[in-house]
Amino acid sequence: MKMMTGVRMPSNLIDALFVFMLAAFIGFEVIRHVSPLLHTPLMSLTNALDAIAVVGAIVLVGEKKAPYATVLGVIAIIAATSNVVGGFFITDRMLKMFKTSRPNKSQVTKP
Amino acid sequence: MTPEFAGSQYVIEVIYLIASALFILSLKWMSSPTTARHGILAGEVGMVLAIGGTLLHHGLIDYKWILIALVLGSGIGVPLGMVQMTAVPQRTALSHAFGALCVTLVGSAEFYLQTPTIPKFTMSVLAMEVILGGLTFTGSLIAAGKLQEVLPQRPITYKGQNVVNLALLGVAIVLAVYLVLHPEAKQYFPFIVGIALLFGVFLVIPIGGADMPTVISLLNSYAGLSAAAMGFVLNSKLLIIAGALDGSSGLILSVIMCKAMNRSFTNVLFGAFGQVQASAGGEQEARSVRSATPEESAAILAAANKVVIVPGYGMAVAQAQHKVRELYDLLTKKGVDVRFAIHPVAGRMPGHMNVLLAEADIPYDRLIEMDEINGDFPQTDVALIIGANDVTNPAARTDQSSPIFGMPILDVDKAHTVMVIKRSMNPGFAGIDNPLYYLDQTLMLFGDAKQFVGGIVKELGGH
Repeated sequence: MKMMTGVRMPSNLIDALFVFMLAAFIGFEVIRHVSPLLHTPLMSLTNALDAIAVVGAIVLVGEKKAPYATVLGVIAIIAATSNVVGGFFITDRMLKMFKTSRPNKSQVTKP
Repeated sequence: MTPEFAGSQYVIEVIYLIASALFILSLKWMSSPTTARHGILAGEVGMVLAIGGTLLHHGLIDYKWILIALVLGSGIGVPLGMVQMTAVPQRTALSHAFGALCVTLVGSAEFYLQTPTIPKFTMSVLAMEVILGGLTFTGSLIAAGKLQEVLPQRPITYKGQNVVNLALLGVAIVLAVYLVLHPEAKQYFPFIVGIALLFGVFLVIPIGGADMPTVISLLNSYAGLSAAAMGFVLNSKLLIIAGALDGSSGLILSVIMCKAMNRSFTNVLFGAFGQVQASAGGEQEARSVRSATPEESAAILAAANKVVIVPGYGMAVAQAQHKVRELYDLLTKKGVDVRFAIHPVAGRMPGHMNVLLAEADIPYDRLIEMDEINGDFPQTDVALIIGANDVTNPAARTDQSSPIFGMPILDVDKAHTVMVIKRSMNPGFAGIDNPLYYLDQTLMLFGDAKQFVGGIVKELGGH
């Protein structure tokens, strides 16, 4: 890893840019098709998914490189985990409320 | 990475790969209410896998604080997941703040861990990470404060505001560029974070309540982008993917909200809606309006064939949605066709009205989007407007001098009868007069939305 210092554009950086570009396009395509009906749960769901940043905080705390890193990391884990738990929880509560007036065959429909 | 660790590292990467796929599926399944709950399950499984995989990371030597923090965070998350549906906008803003806080703190720690030898590209994305994260953190807190009404909802403006804001952002960027070139100058780093935090406050303070749907979406996008930047810093593809998904989601929602208000991003962020109009709307002639009692309204509604209810933020404030459901039930039982017309910016966040009405047990196939229902208003007997104002203002179609000219609206004025539940004749949030109220077919129903709808319900034989 140390060798990378000084290298302008390491190849994994290019990989990362490709990943970002592709994910952004997938995001646009997938989310364009989300019904406006569900825009609020969509936002709370993306919020929960975005809290995946917790993995960075976990590594930071676990590697125990410096006391300040541990303190910042612990706060970061708490903040992100509250988003994970709260986000999934409230999204589920919201989606449970959406019912149709049409006679439905079964509550659980295959995707 | 050294060969002896390669094995576990590959396992972790494969787990991240699966988690990324699950995240994409999770959003894909959100496209329809019938599959949406599968989406949550996919997201949850992906998240558990990702966190579990991370705990396998060979470099971890201390698990105590990780577990304590995970437990504490979950403890905070549960009540945040149980808030009332009317409080969802402020909860969402708060969670954007938490997400951004996490990103900013990790970014700051990474900077100090790597500082003298930090590569140029890493430093650039790290600066982006903490600037976006910092401004999203404070900006979202201010937005949450405004939505919770602990801060004034009206825009707070002063002269030269935009100059100050742009100058602040400029200074932060200059400092960031300097740090990229001289990564050893770590004394400047706190200033970058500090300015970003300050900028977030200044950015959202001048934005009024009616613009909150756009601002929340934009902050959502920033939170995602800052997480993606963090992914670049940590070289984590999982984070880049999740951040990019969240960023594009927020961006799409912001664009939809802007279109629904016929405004540009810059106008929302720097326009301070509500100030200009207050001075412009000077001439008030004493025009007459017709008003009606709950009894009269009930009679008109019961005689109608097709009724369209237009809910707005006022319905949420008055907590009238459950009374509205009773009205919906009674009218439907009488054979009246009742539907709801949802404007994209009704309420304080994208989709706000849909969630409130769904909570009140109104079937979602009765909630119709603006573009779909607008053609039906000429055949509608009664349009009942509850707590909505600007989204029904026909001046947006006809009056070039109106500040909302060009904004797509619900064409309620084309209905045979228009009934507007409103507290008084005071103009709405933006201070714009609504010519709808003076039309011949319009009846003003003065009173609190919940009480008035309750009155109609009582007349129709409910309780």
